Amino acid sequence: MRAISIKDGSITYAPGTSDAEIEAAARKAARTRSVQVVVWRLVVLAVLLGSWEISARKVWIDSFFYSYPSEIIVRLWEFIWEGSDGVSLWVHLYYTLTAALIGFLLGSLAGIVSGIALGRNRMLSDIFSIYIKVLNAIPRVVLAPIFILMLGFGLASKVAVAFVMVFFIVFANAFQGVREADRAMIANAQILGASNWQLTRSVIIPSAMSWIIASLHLSFSFAIVGAIVGEFIGSNKGIGHVIQLARGLHDVPLMFAAIIVVLVVVLAAEYVMTLIEHRLVKWRPPSASDAHA
Amino acid sequence: MLPIESHNELAIELINVSRRFLSPQGKSFATLNDFNLSVARGEFIALVGPTGCGKSTTLNLITGLGKPSSGEVRVMGQRVQGIDPQIGFVFQADALFPWRTVLENVIAGPLFRGEARNEATLRGHDWINRVGLSAFEGHYPHQLSGGMRKRVALAQTFINRPKILLMDEPFSALDVQTRVQMHEELLALWSEAKASVVFVTHDLEEAIGLADKVYVLTSRPATIKSVHQIDIPRPRLISEIRYDKKFIDLSRLIWRDLKEEVQSTYSAAERL
Repeated sequence: MRAISIKDGSITYAPGTSDAEIEAAARKAARTRSVQVVVWRLVVLAVLLGSWEISARKVWIDSFFYSYPSEIIVRLWEFIWEGSDGVSLWVHLYYTLTAALIGFLLGSLAGIVSGIALGRNRMLSDIFSIYIKVLNAIPRVVLAPIFILMLGFGLASKVAVAFVMVFFIVFANAFQGVREADRAMIANAQILGASNWQLTRSVIIPSAMSWIIASLHLSFSFAIVGAIVGEFIGSNKGIGHVIQLARGLHDVPLMFAAIIVVLVVVLAAEYVMTLIEHRLVKWRPPSASDAHA
Repeated sequence: MLPIESHNELAIELINVSRRFLSPQGKSFATLNDFNLSVARGEFIALVGPTGCGKSTTLNLITGLGKPSSGEVRVMGQRVQGIDPQIGFVFQADALFPWRTVLENVIAGPLFRGEARNEATLRGHDWINRVGLSAFEGHYPHQLSGGMRKRVALAQTFINRPKILLMDEPFSALDVQTRVQMHEELLALWSEAKASVVFVTHDLEEAIGLADKVYVLTSRPATIKSVHQIDIPRPRLISEIRYDKKFIDLSRLIWRDLKEEVQSTYSAAERL
């Protein structure tokens, strides 16, 4: 066994080593490597959090402004069980997620439909592309105060912000995906007898799908950004409202606790999205990045 | 000269067809000019010619995907208007739908044309069996080799029972051994289906091995330079006939015609 060495996928071994021995050594090397990665990740985390904690306790940094990990964890615990501002965490989360989810669904639906429509129709795209370019040049967050004025402090204004955050990303990807659809494949479908609608449904949309899904991945976290920005500007519930309130009260640990809650939600959504993606594009050859995951 | 055939015997006719394109700079140029071609029913013809001479344009006009700028294209005695359902097309590029399994790819045509799924699936099994891929019905295209993907493309085309089969350098991406095998499979399928075939290729041996007639086209704008009757008896064994004396003589003859055109294409390109 000692005679086998495996480095970066290349193997050297003493003459006479059997395939089974090489395979066993490779399995062992892979296992060792993944354990090493996890250990080093934990080390990095411990160093970062540890130095933050120590700096605050030794008063190298002002814990009033910077807080520190153990305090944040205690505050997070309170936030989870007692909520904030007399309202439970789950209610706040419910408001933020409802706004983000509705904005995400409407925004991506609108983005997909208009991206495909403009991608399929040269005239439409020539007419509207200039407006889309102009609207896209507006930083989305500056729309938030306008939406609050127009739509009030309730859900609708947050949905609107989340919507505009999502729409343009999904639109651009759907449009590009349609344009990239393979010409030979389109001609093939037409000669096989596909009508215009069948062509869109069974060739254009599936081939744009990998572009669209990539954009959905990204845009869900943008929807949450939109909802929270909306809540910053004007609201009485939601995670954004909690952070805004905590800032007013100089409750820094609560601000960090709220950030952790958002972070967990986005990671969970990301995970669900990856599962959906794998189901939808199971026809695709495994890519190099999948192989590493 | 071509034998004179009665009008309804012809599967494809191109009568004084021109096709002009606009370059991105707005200039008009012709790929075909007063082009004439006729293919009898059940006939297998091959078009060879220098790169970019308008062979693919010709096929596009026959399918109805492209319209002639002037002149007339007739298929089965009817003027071409839109895409004719009697036509099948095998592409040079991989034109299978990568998100569909082999079976779903093969029955795409019948389903597009409104056939019931059960019936289409039954016929699909049959065609997949004929191209020898029964074990791979549930596979996706990326899981198959290049030759297997071409077999799927053939089944996908033949299941629509085309009266006219157009092939645009279908086997050019395959290695030599696979290509010869595909030639033999194609000839077997063709002799059963009795379709008229227009086969575009760069490969002279392929053209002579497969076709009844080989048309040599001139450089752009394309006209027919010469027509060669290939009187090698069928059924042909592609892997054997390349050593046939007649085959070698024809190759030499046709290559002489083709060489002139290829050279004139090169010198035209150099003048630009």
